[in-house]
Parts: sequence; structure tokens; C-alpha cells
Amino acid sequence: MAFYIVQFLTGLASAASLFLVASGLSIIFGVTRIVNFAHGAFYMLGAYVAFTLTERLSGALGFWGGIVAAALIVAAIGVLVEMVLLRRIYHAPELFQLLATFGLTLMVEDLVVLIWGPDDLLGRRAPGFKGAVDFFGQNVPSYDLFLIVLGPVVLGILWLLFQRTRWGVLVRAATQDRDMVAALGVNQKWLFTSVFALGVFLAALGGALQIPRDAVNHAMDLRVIVEVFVVVVIGGLGSIIGAFVAAVLVSELNAFGILIFPKISIILVFLVMAVVLIVRPWGLFGKPEAPARRTPGLTVNPWRPLTTNERFAALAALVVAAALPLFAGNYALTVGSEIAIFVIFAVSLHFLMSVGGLASFGHAAYFGLGAYGIAFLAKMAGLPMIVSLLLGPLLGLLGAAVFGFFAVQLSGVYFAMLTLAFAQIVWSIAFQWVSVTGGDNGILGVWPEKWAAGPSHFYWLSLGIAALAVVILRIIVFSPFGYALRATRDSPLRSESIGINAKRIQWTAFVIAGTTAGVAGALFAYLKGSVFPDNMGIPLSVDALVMVLLGGVETVSGAVIGAIVYKALNIWLVSQTEWSKLVLGGFVVLIVVAFPKGIVGTLESMMNRRGNSTPAKPAILTSRIETAE
Amino acid sequence: MRGYFVGAGLAIALAGMAGPAMAQSGEIKIGEINSYSLLPAFTEPYRKGWQLAVEEVNAAGGINGKKLVVISKDDGGKPADAQTAANELVSSENVAMLAGTFLSNIGLAVSDFANQKKVFFLAAEPLTDAITWSKGNKYTFRLRPSNYMQAAMLVEEAAKLPAKRWATIAPNYEYGQSAVAVFKKLMSEKRPDIQWVDEQWPPQGKIDAGPVVQAVAAANPEAILNVTFGADLVKLVREGNTRGLFKDRKVVSFLTGEPEYLDPLKDETPEGWIVTGYPWYAIKTPEHDAFLKAYQAKYNDYPRLGSIVGYQTIKSAAAILAKANSTDPEKLIAATEGLQVASPFGEITFRKIDHQSTLGAFVGKTALKDGKGVMVDSVYRKGADYLPSDAEVEKLRPKD
Repeated sequence: MAFYIVQFLTGLASAASLFLVASGLSIIFGVTRIVNFAHGAFYMLGAYVAFTLTERLSGALGFWGGIVAAALIVAAIGVLVEMVLLRRIYHAPELFQLLATFGLTLMVEDLVVLIWGPDDLLGRRAPGFKGAVDFFGQNVPSYDLFLIVLGPVVLGILWLLFQRTRWGVLVRAATQDRDMVAALGVNQKWLFTSVFALGVFLAALGGALQIPRDAVNHAMDLRVIVEVFVVVVIGGLGSIIGAFVAAVLVSELNAFGILIFPKISIILVFLVMAVVLIVRPWGLFGKPEAPARRTPGLTVNPWRPLTTNERFAALAALVVAAALPLFAGNYALTVGSEIAIFVIFAVSLHFLMSVGGLASFGHAAYFGLGAYGIAFLAKMAGLPMIVSLLLGPLLGLLGAAVFGFFAVQLSGVYFAMLTLAFAQIVWSIAFQWVSVTGGDNGILGVWPEKWAAGPSHFYWLSLGIAALAVVILRIIVFSPFGYALRATRDSPLRSESIGINAKRIQWTAFVIAGTTAGVAGALFAYLKGSVFPDNMGIPLSVDALVMVLLGGVETVSGAVIGAIVYKALNIWLVSQTEWSKLVLGGFVVLIVVAFPKGIVGTLESMMNRRGNSTPAKPAILTSRIETAE
Repeated sequence: MRGYFVGAGLAIALAGMAGPAMAQSGEIKIGEINSYSLLPAFTEPYRKGWQLAVEEVNAAGGINGKKLVVISKDDGGKPADAQTAANELVSSENVAMLAGTFLSNIGLAVSDFANQKKVFFLAAEPLTDAITWSKGNKYTFRLRPSNYMQAAMLVEEAAKLPAKRWATIAPNYEYGQSAVAVFKKLMSEKRPDIQWVDEQWPPQGKIDAGPVVQAVAAANPEAILNVTFGADLVKLVREGNTRGLFKDRKVVSFLTGEPEYLDPLKDETPEGWIVTGYPWYAIKTPEHDAFLKAYQAKYNDYPRLGSIVGYQTIKSAAAILAKANSTDPEKLIAATEGLQVASPFGEITFRKIDHQSTLGAFVGKTALKDGKGVMVDSVYRKGADYLPSDAEVEKLRPKD
């Protein structure tokens, strides 16, 4: 019995550290709607700064003072980031801020290695909480007890702050209706800055408090960020109590789960999230999202098919691209194939995001399923390449059909997180089912047949399929189905009233996007000659998101440019510099500032401004639509 | 209109990469790939190690008069990116051979690439047995003692312990899984009387150490096998120390004696663990002294195991290139099979039968000295003594 109580307490201690970080993320998202990918980076910075301070300052006061000072210093950095960077892009399309915070995260990962060196750092134990307390023969670390108390204390302070202060009232009001708060004359800028500062403070404090238990290292951010997001979503976005309950739930399930299934930790949080979101679409304590005032995909410039001239230009560009083998070497051609494959992958996600208004955080699942489809068909069933290429993506289709059915029941960030959960479940199956998938050692030897093996042949194959994919998706965008899909995106209510079955349309779109991603994955398997669980991992899903956002989410096929720019730059930087993440992150941040609608989106509106002297008209139209919602 | 961008973008993107870098006749290039950005704690000393080797090789007149050049690329910890890098090295840099890699899946990906493109590949660090056995191919050689070899070295010591009830803690991925599997198999052969009472599989890099330590303690084992390393190891040790998990229990641990993983434990280093590692401070051989002196003179820092691996990878590669006196992959393979090379750990051989080198490892016990973790009573175990019989290896490895 004593063992179970101690295991429960251990789970509570884990929950407390998780909650500290999660609460900050939840507050930031609730008010600013920023999906703050950099939250993990702030957590890590908190740990690093606290390490330095606690090593310099001596005694108990030095330790605790160092922890708090570290959190304050990092919060100040957060304020700087918010004022210099994020303020510029609050009005950019939804999720665009994700791009900025993603760039920051990349930079911080390299910066901490530059500043603090590559070694894992062991911080001091907390003065006064070094040992353990005997509990019926079981040892409970006293630091765990400290954390168990701290969690609810922070929860209480936050509750008081939000319920009993004027600032808290304003924050809650802004969480519910930002525009109304602004209309009532509240200075939004400072409200947002202060909320961001509080959120970052909590993240950094969470990181700093890990010093006595953890090793400070440059991978801390990625370790925590996804899990924290999951906790926030399980609890319900913007709900602090929800985040607390979710942290306890997840930690306890893990603490007791490993007693029965020692391998459960790798997937547990995602399983819990999938179940919770299917049963309660807005998390445990969340409320249905208020209808968006600014519809996400509503463009100032209505979409139109390409004019004849533009079609010729596109064709000419394709011909130029197809002529590459005439003057480029094998390496350039292989990189070209990879870029073409990522163009397919990015446009498939772009279709879902911009036309369907459904941002998926787990799109790599279908890419990976396509790749594994190829591996199974070509390697195990021994089918010829053409047949495999045609059938392989069907695994992506199957996955998209099953998961899409559940995912489209949700919307917004909940939709995104459910797709992430599904992707992680698929990933963990590929990772764990060693006898079939080879586990993380993957499936090797999936090379193309002779007719496609040469770099130029494979390049033409990839380029041809990429062009085909872009054309087909564009045709779908401007087909009746595409219009119906845009209708469900722009106004669920009105589309329903004219007889559009929104869920069904969205489900179909999800399957189309998943299959297209599967095609990309299938080609990728042949390009690399091997398939790994990495092919469906979170980093790949994030890459796809970045490509779409970089190109411009409000365009018809901006993802093409986003994919080319991001992938080419990534490959080039990794090859050329030691600090590729720092440079790439910096570049992403610069693009965010310079092209607040994405590269293509911003260029398009610049051209339209030049060509059209009365740009005000569509804007007025949109605002009317907004009022009518 | 978008079309302009597609073409222009592709053209710009590729023009930069198109420049073919022809090998100058006066130099020989080796293409090196490793997870520099993902695992700097290991790869920084590793880089220093191979840079020292390049300097020494060229100071001694290069390779049959030609200058040795190493072109190094980062794989970011992703197999797919490692292949992109390998392709660049082979296609545009025209390297004579590939070398390096740390993670097992990346090692396997590059090895498969090498097999497909018929390029010589000297795997430096990946520990998986598959790279020389079940998925071995004729173009791939491996330097470091494999999972099997390190397990066999540890089992030799572990079998002497009286402990009968064993628990295992290992990261949940191929390395951890196969380390535990081999250890269990070899251990049960030597000691049919032991019981495996618990196993814990925390995700790599994400151990929730408290519950794991509690769960292992609840099974009340007499001895524990640990395979975690890096930040996970630090967390496990800290929780274990606080909760008294290691008190009166024997622990056998993979890699923990390597300075990369032992040094961060500082004054929390648990005493008496049986580990494999690299006690650079306690090795008194002329070969190692020479290496140590050169390394410390150049970097003003002590070597980690990564330094040895990096150093020996390039030293071996140079010996191979010199013996083959050609960059033809077939000749390189012929030169490597059975090749004997000097190393800081003494002479090693690249076996013909499975392309594994006989580089060994040090087995010893952890101890605390002046608030720092060290390895004591360490003995060098030659790799050749810890490999299965040739008949068994033949069965494990596919025919070329």
C-alpha cells in the first residue's frame, strides 16, 4: 500500500513541474491566440540561466534567489521578443505567429550550445531539500514534496490574480472577446505584453526548478514542448484549472501505467489526448470556441484561376525546371527531387489548411504511411515500382480516412492537436512494432528500379508528379467541391443552411490531402531507399507547417514557393554552416517580419496594390461579412 | 504567375549546389557525417579527435604523398538528412570514402546508401549489431565495439555477482532493446539460475525518473542493468540516489564510464557500478600516452571517448587508403579486410568475416574521487575476445 501512495506522490511531483510550464502556455494562448512554439525554448533558457546563477551565488538564498532571478531575466527576454517581434504580426493570418516562435526556437537551440557549451550540466541540489523522507519504508524525495506543494500554490496565486484583480478581469475579458475589450478602450498592447511576460515567467520558473532533478542540456525544449501542449489541450485551452487537472491525470497515468506496460510512456499522453478530444471536443474544462470574428482564410483578394498568360508562364517555369538535368550534376538533381517531393507534401497540407481551413499538426503521418506502404509492397511483397507507387499511397488514404473521420468533428487548434495525436500513435506503432516495421532501424533497401534509378530520371519523375499534384489540387480548388469546402471554412452556419454537409466535405478534403501526402511519402521512400519512423515524426509535420506558412496560407498555392525556399535553404545551410539552426531560425524570423502574409501572399498583395487603385472595396466587403457573423 | 516562382526558385536553389567540385589530383578526400547539432556533447570531442588525426597524417607526409582532406557534414540526427549529406559528399565532392555517424539508424541508412551506390563506408560509432551482421554489406566496416561485444564484456563481470534477481532499465529504442536482449541472452547462458524480475523502458531523452525508480525498487531486484545515458542517466542517478535505489544493489551499466556520460554526474556519481568506458587518466601505455599528449597539447582539454573514436576513424581510414593506394571501392575493401592498424588502445584488426574492428573497451568500476566520477580497477578488454565464433557469425550475416 505504501508503495502505491508513494508512486502517487511521485506522479504528483511530475505533474507539478508539468503544470508550471503548461499554465504559462495556456495563459498566453488564451489571450493572444499565439501557438507559442518557443515556450519550450523559454523553459530551457530558464534552466540554463538558473544554472549559471546558482553556480555563482552561494547559500540557500543564492539558490532560491537565483531561481527566481532566472525566471525574471527570461521573462524580460520574453517581453523583448513580444515587443520587437510578435507585436508586428498579431494581425497576420492565424498560426503565422507559430512560424515566428518556431524560428526563435531554432535559434535558441544553437545559442545555448554556443553560450554554455555542448556538455550536459549538473546543477546544485536545492538547499534544504536534498534528501528523502521515509514513508513506511519508502523514500520520498523532499524536493518532490516541495513541488507537490508548489503546484497548487501557483494554481491558487494564478486563480487569485485572474479572479481578484482588475488586470485579471481584463485578461479574462480578452480571452473571451479580444475585439470587445479593445473597443472598450483597454490598451491591448500592454495587456498582451504583460500576459506574455507572465507566461514566459512561468515557463522559465518551471525550467529553473528542474535544476536539482535534471541535467541542463540543449534538447530540453523539445522534450517538454509537445507534452505541455498536449496537457493544455486536454485541460481545455485557456483553462488554468484544466491544465492542472490534465497534468495530474497524465502524470498519474504514466506513473501507474509503467507498472503494467513499461513501454507506455512513449505514447501515453497522445492516447489520453485522443480519447479526451473524441469524447470532449474542447478538452476537459474548455468551452466551445466562440465563432471566429475574422474568418481565417478570408482573403482581401478573392481567389481566381490563373489567366492564360499566367498558365503559359507556369508551363515555361516547369520547362525550365525540367531542363535542369542538362546543366546540373547528380547531387543537385537529387536535391531537386527532394524539393519536388516536399512541394507535393506541402501543397497537400496547404490544400487542407488554406482551402479547408483545417490546420493539421500531424500531416507527416500520411506522408510516412505512404512511405511504409512502398516499403511493404516493394520490399516484402516484391511488387514492381509502378504498381507500388500507385498502391503505396493508398495506405496514406486509409489512414486519412480513419483518422480524418474523427478529426473533422473538431475545429481550430483542437482539430490540429487531434491530428497530432493520431500522427504520434501511428509513429509509435512504426517505432514499436519491430517485427514488422523494423522499429527505429527502419526498412532498408527500398531502391527504385533501373528505369528510375538515375538521378535525372528520378528527378523528372518527381517533378512530373509534383506538377500533376499541384494542377490537380488547383482544379479541385476551383471545382464545385472546392467552393463548397471554402464555404465550410468561411461560414459553417451559412454553408449548412444552403445544404452543404460540412463534415462530409471536410472529411473528403482530409482524405484528398492525406493521399497526396502519401504520394509524396512514396516517392521519398524510393529517393532515400529506406523508411524510418522519422518519416512520420513531429519534426516533419512542423516542417510542412512552416513551408505552408512561409509561402502564405491565404494563397492558392503559395506552399510551392514555401517548400522550395525552406527545403533548399535548409539543405544548403546544413551543408554549409555549423550553426545551421541559428541561421535558419534567424532567416525564418526575418521572413516573418518582412512578409507578414507569407512570401507569396505578401508579393501578391503588393502587386495588387500596384495594379488596383481602390483596394478599399474588398476590405469593406469583408468587414460587412464579419459583422454579419 | 506562380509558375515564374517555381522555375526561378528551383533554378536559384539548385544553381548554388550545382558547382561540381572536382577532386584535385594532389589530395584525397574523405566524406564525414555525424550528428553534430543533435549530439554536441559527443560530437565536439569527436571532431577534435579526427582533426588531430588529419593533422598527424598530413604532417607525416599524407597518404602516399597526397594531402588528406576531410569534408564534414551534419546530419541533424535524421537518417534522411544523412543520406542527403552522403549523396552530396559522393556526387559533388567526389570523396574516396564515407566515414562517421553516431546513431544506429543513421549508420544503417548510410550503410545502405553505400551498398546501393557502391561506396566504401567506415562506420565510426553506431553500436547496433545489425550493421555488421543481419544487415551487413560488403561496403560497410565498423570501428567501435558493437552492442554484442560490450554486452559480452559486461556479462563476464556480471556473471560473477551472486545476484539472482535482475531488473533492467533501458531507453525504448533499438539500441536499448538490443543491448538488453543480448545481455539477457548471454547472461542466462552463463547463469541459468537468474530471474528477470522487472524491465523499464523510458522513452529516450524523456525519462520520468521518479516513477521509473519507484517501479524498479518495488520489484526488489538484487542487481540492475542500466542502458540509459546522457541526460536520462543523470536524472535516473539523481532520483536513484535520493530514493536509495542503488543502496546494497549491484548495478551493471553500458557506456557509463565514458567521460561524456560520467563527468556530468559530478559528485552524484554512484560508486561501484560495473561499467564500460574510457578512463583516460588511468591508461599507461606508450600508444595512449602519445595520443593523450598530442591531444592535450592541441586542445588544452582532456579527451573523451568521442575523441578516440574520431581520431581512430580517420587514422584507420588513412591506413586503408595508404594500403589500397587507390580510391577504387573494391580495392579499399580488399585493403581493409584483415588490415591491422595501430590505435591508442593498441593494435586493432578489421575482420574479414564481418567487417567489425577488434577495437575493445575498458571495463571497470565507478568511484568518486575529489567530487568527480572516475573509473577504477579498469581493464582493457580486447574486442577480438568477445565476438561469437566464426560459424555463428557466418549464420548471422547475409552473404554478399
